[in-house]
Amino acid sequence: MLLLAVDTATPAVTVALHDGSSVVAKTTRIDARRHGELLLPLVDTTLRDAGLKLDAVTDLVVGVGPGPYTGLRVGLATAETFGFALGVPVHGLCTLDALAYASEVEGPFAVATDARRKEVYWARYDDPRTRITEPAVDRPADLADRLAGLPVVGAGALLYPEAFPDARGPEHVSAAALASLAAERLAAGGEGFLAPLPLYLRRPDAQVPKNYKVVTPK
Amino acid sequence: MNLTSGIDEPLVLGIETSCDETGVGIVRGTTLLADAVASSVDTHARFGGVVPEIASRAHLEAMVPTIERALKEAGIAAADLDGIAVTAGPGLAGALLVGTTAAKAYAYALGKPLYGVNHLASHICVDQLEHGKLPEPTMALLVSGGHSSLLLAPDITSDVRPMGATIDDAAGEAFDKIARVLNLGFPGGPVIDRLAKEGDPRAIAFPRGLTGSRDPAYDFSFSGLKTSVARWIEARRNAGEEVPVRDVAASFQEAVVDVLTKKAVRACKDQGVDHLMIGGGVAANSRLRALAAERCERAGIRLRVPRPGLCTDNGAMVAALGAEMVARNRPASDWDLSADSSLPVTEPHVPGHGHTHSHDHVHEISKDNLYS
Ligand SMILES: [Zn+2]
Repeated sequence: MLLLAVDTATPAVTVALHDGSSVVAKTTRIDARRHGELLLPLVDTTLRDAGLKLDAVTDLVVGVGPGPYTGLRVGLATAETFGFALGVPVHGLCTLDALAYASEVEGPFAVATDARRKEVYWARYDDPRTRITEPAVDRPADLADRLAGLPVVGAGALLYPEAFPDARGPEHVSAAALASLAAERLAAGGEGFLAPLPLYLRRPDAQVPKNYKVVTPK
Repeated sequence: MNLTSGIDEPLVLGIETSCDETGVGIVRGTTLLADAVASSVDTHARFGGVVPEIASRAHLEAMVPTIERALKEAGIAAADLDGIAVTAGPGLAGALLVGTTAAKAYAYALGKPLYGVNHLASHICVDQLEHGKLPEPTMALLVSGGHSSLLLAPDITSDVRPMGATIDDAAGEAFDKIARVLNLGFPGGPVIDRLAKEGDPRAIAFPRGLTGSRDPAYDFSFSGLKTSVARWIEARRNAGEEVPVRDVAASFQEAVVDVLTKKAVRACKDQGVDHLMIGGGVAANSRLRALAAERCERAGIRLRVPRPGLCTDNGAMVAALGAEMVARNRPASDWDLSADSSLPVTEPHVPGHGHTHSHDHVHEISKDNLYS
């Protein structure tokens, strides 16, 4: 088994290879604006580090967000195209789940990433492997009461300490965590994956024009 | 990836996602093998124009299924491809990004060279699929919802020169806006073309933009025309009269295609070019095709207009230019190829960093003038 995991739902452009027992190579770059340029060279670097070629990959794992759309689509388009070209399955995982998995929090907690526009993408967890709410997008101030007393993991928490006083790391998502979680789930029978489709959570900004603007001066 | 000599009839797959069409085409040299297109135009219709985020979402959904469809249609194996071409720009940034990302992943997975190419040069090169090799130089009039340009291409893979362009609205944009004033829906081009056939093109004398003796010879302007048509319609409405929609459509359309064809023919004559290529979505307009044919014939210019399906955005045009890149042994793009929403028309493709290119200066100038 060789899993290739990618995630571009946050400023972390992150790639990892997992052979079923451990992560064999990983690369991450933090850059919120260049997902499209960075991802494929990082895949190439990661494969070289492991001394492997893409055609050795048996499964693709992709973070489906939620996350800012433009970057998010880079990971999905890459994973889906690889999956098609190689004829191997593409497994989706919620990006927040990778942060939860990488956290070392015991007991209930939440994960929050930056959703821009002064909002966060978030979800609640019973433990690092168990998400108990659907991912959602809200203002930090509106979450402060609901998540009061809970540790909150991720850049979205660290960004708004007034709303999340018990903010914790890791700040960024890593594909290594995504790959490890996926390897566990595949070994356990392959349950718990999402379709490789983006979790946008917001409708596109688009307004139906009311009428055309009259040009004749009054 | 380093081809030492060009391939005669390269088999190339092209991906186009610069606006609202997800296009995947496959060509062998100048022969079209597949042209699969998935359009999100219906989703945009109620917004009266293309909504970038909606287009980007639709591209991601349609990408792999459209590649699959094109391969099936062409009856070829992906392993036999000589290269993957993709629109690197100009266009909508988020939309371009889906196509370039998929193209890079596909080329990498197949171990094929990648060619990031220019959307406008592709609109010209697509004519090779219909009328064979382009003459050199080619004079091209590109008209669509996003661009209106006169281009001179001595070599479509390396040398495309802007002669003129719209200084305000694109021609297709003017069609969309007038259709909206007339409550005809979006997109405006096809419905205005249809109604105009039953109207009198001489009924109303709408202005011809930038046709004065001191105006730039090859630039276009459609904003004044648009305002003038809207005012004319509003005056009728305010007077409680019925608007003669067919005559308005015909007279408006005539004003647009009159200027386009006159300037294009003049450019050919001035430059001593005996061929004119017309491409882009508006090239599907029946009156533009008819008037261009008439005026070219009179001027002794051979007109080349691809069939309407190849004029609108599609993947075949990208594959056609990609095949020319392979045939002429142009350097491939790098894996960090990025989408460039304002890629200058003077850059037919985006070669890898290992290759010097002498257009840096031109790049800056055209970026400001033409497609910013
Ligand atoms: Zn176009």
